[in-house]
Amino acid sequence: MADAAILRPPLIHGDKSLAEVTRDVCAPMDRRPGALWWSAFLISAGVAGVGLLAIGYQISTGVGTWGLNRTVGWAFDITNFVFWIGIGHAGTLISAILFLFRQRWRTSVNRAAEAMTLFAVICAGIFPVIHTGRPWFAYWMIPYPNSRGSLWVNFRSPLVWDFFAILTYFTISAVFWYIGLLPDLATLRDRSSGWRRWLAGFFSLGWTGSHRAWQRYEVVYLMLAGLGTPLVISVHTIVSWDFATSLLPGWHSTIFPPYFVAGAIFSGLAMVLTLMLIARKTMHLEEYINQRHIDAMCKLILTTSGIVALAYLTEIFTAFYSGNRYEQFAFVNRTLGPMFWAYWTMVSCNVLVPQVLWFRKVRQTLPLVFVISLLINVGMWFERFVIIVTSLHRDFIPANWSSYTPTSVEVATLAGMFGIFFSLFLLFCRFLPVIAVAEVKGALRIGSRGARQEKGAQA
Amino acid sequence: MSRRLFIGVFDNEEDMLHAVRAARERGHAIVDVHTPYPVHGLDDAMGLSPSRLPWMVFGFGLLAAVLKVWFEYWTTAIDWPVNVGGKPWNSLPAFVPVTFEVMVLFAGLSAVFGFFAVCRLFPGKRAVLPVAGVTDDRFAVILEESDSTFDVNAMERLFRSFHAVRVEEQIAEARP
Repeated sequence: MADAAILRPPLIHGDKSLAEVTRDVCAPMDRRPGALWWSAFLISAGVAGVGLLAIGYQISTGVGTWGLNRTVGWAFDITNFVFWIGIGHAGTLISAILFLFRQRWRTSVNRAAEAMTLFAVICAGIFPVIHTGRPWFAYWMIPYPNSRGSLWVNFRSPLVWDFFAILTYFTISAVFWYIGLLPDLATLRDRSSGWRRWLAGFFSLGWTGSHRAWQRYEVVYLMLAGLGTPLVISVHTIVSWDFATSLLPGWHSTIFPPYFVAGAIFSGLAMVLTLMLIARKTMHLEEYINQRHIDAMCKLILTTSGIVALAYLTEIFTAFYSGNRYEQFAFVNRTLGPMFWAYWTMVSCNVLVPQVLWFRKVRQTLPLVFVISLLINVGMWFERFVIIVTSLHRDFIPANWSSYTPTSVEVATLAGMFGIFFSLFLLFCRFLPVIAVAEVKGALRIGSRGARQEKGAQA
Repeated sequence: MSRRLFIGVFDNEEDMLHAVRAARERGHAIVDVHTPYPVHGLDDAMGLSPSRLPWMVFGFGLLAAVLKVWFEYWTTAIDWPVNVGGKPWNSLPAFVPVTFEVMVLFAGLSAVFGFFAVCRLFPGKRAVLPVAGVTDDRFAVILEESDSTFDVNAMERLFRSFHAVRVEEQIAEARP
């Protein structure tokens, strides 16, 4: 036991055996859902229903149901789009980037984070489609031979780049998630009966845990992680180009791509933390998602918060250093203009609040961490609102200036997306293993008693 | 053609790894090993050659990128050139983002579908497990009793010395 001190603390508490991991992770699926799950699901499904009604109404009536005007042409819809796409980025960070960096703690959270990515991208994708005004023509984004003389899409437009980026991102995230799920579906198949056995069997593609398959599985996982890493950076870079390639003060800036990518990962990590803190409590997974995982995520949040803070300061510095009076005005207006409250909400939630995470005591007080993660979500939503609305509402000619207030339809759509997101996530928690069983088994022995025994056996 | 298979069941990764190495040292070919999670070092212990999937992924990615650049060039410069803000027909730098996305899409999908094809995984396939529990907490090492010189008792002793939980013989009709 002398060498116990130099070993790292175990990733998974409770000295679990392999069978116990399977049992613990699959247990919530075997139980009937409790009152907590049902009430959460019914509330989210209800909110989702309201959102879908609002979407139906605005599609059948027209975009006039929004509070948009000729000056503020983008508002809640694109704010929500960027917000949700950003949420998705943390899932890919955890599943791909941390995989390449060999961060084994990711195994406890990656499944749920990837599911979150998928659901967030679904929520995000809805907004550009309804924003087109005539969503039944959304397929015009695809460059297919058509009867309009084969009028092709404009490949020089960031909006077309965005379409391809979101499409690729969704597809790759979905297959990444599914590939990770494959062995766990086989585990699920072999321990259940009836319709669930049949379904899991169908989707587990006849997986038997053969090492000849595992070897290629690992290669494919590495390939997808290697492709996913530049992909996730490219996606939010391209989203930022929707803004940066315009000439609008406050948007026309080379800092946008890194600023957006860092912000996306920041907001996504906050959402992962929110979901994980709920999931570990309600599904009794405290031993799998423990203080060490929460600590690591808090530190990542702190890092990305620092990058975001640097971006805020750089933007202001560049505006004044540039000597461009329109640029300068955009930032004076942002910080002190009629929408100053949005800017300062953003700064407080994204820069000031996360600083308390420097203290270990705070990181260990989980209710506090939960509140901080919620505040960051709010702050990051406001960041997109600030970028879009405060830049647009007062641009070059004062005669064009206007303001913006959301209509009830937009507020209902905003809420509805959260409803859809949480409904999908709750369904995922019910029917699929929230923790990557096979991956956790592989990381189980890190710093555990098993590893020490093995050391003794070899000596 | 039926084959006689000799299966050792272990409940520990290290024991299984040592048993696989020992069996290979005695000249037995390992038919397969079934494990609940990917075990590192097992490729080496089984003597598997590295997967060639990365080459296929590289090929598909490259192909997609080349085709996409050509397609963007053809649509914007040849088939129907449209003047967008006075930019040149052939605005190659503007083609980079979509080319990159399409390359990633094709490379990623080719990795996944290539993997399914090579491992013969398809929806609804019936999984035939050598022993129960290999998707939960058991490790199964499968050897083929290739000829009469295969000493079942000696092999059982060998596996038992690595704390095998159970050993058994099976007749396989087809390749597992």
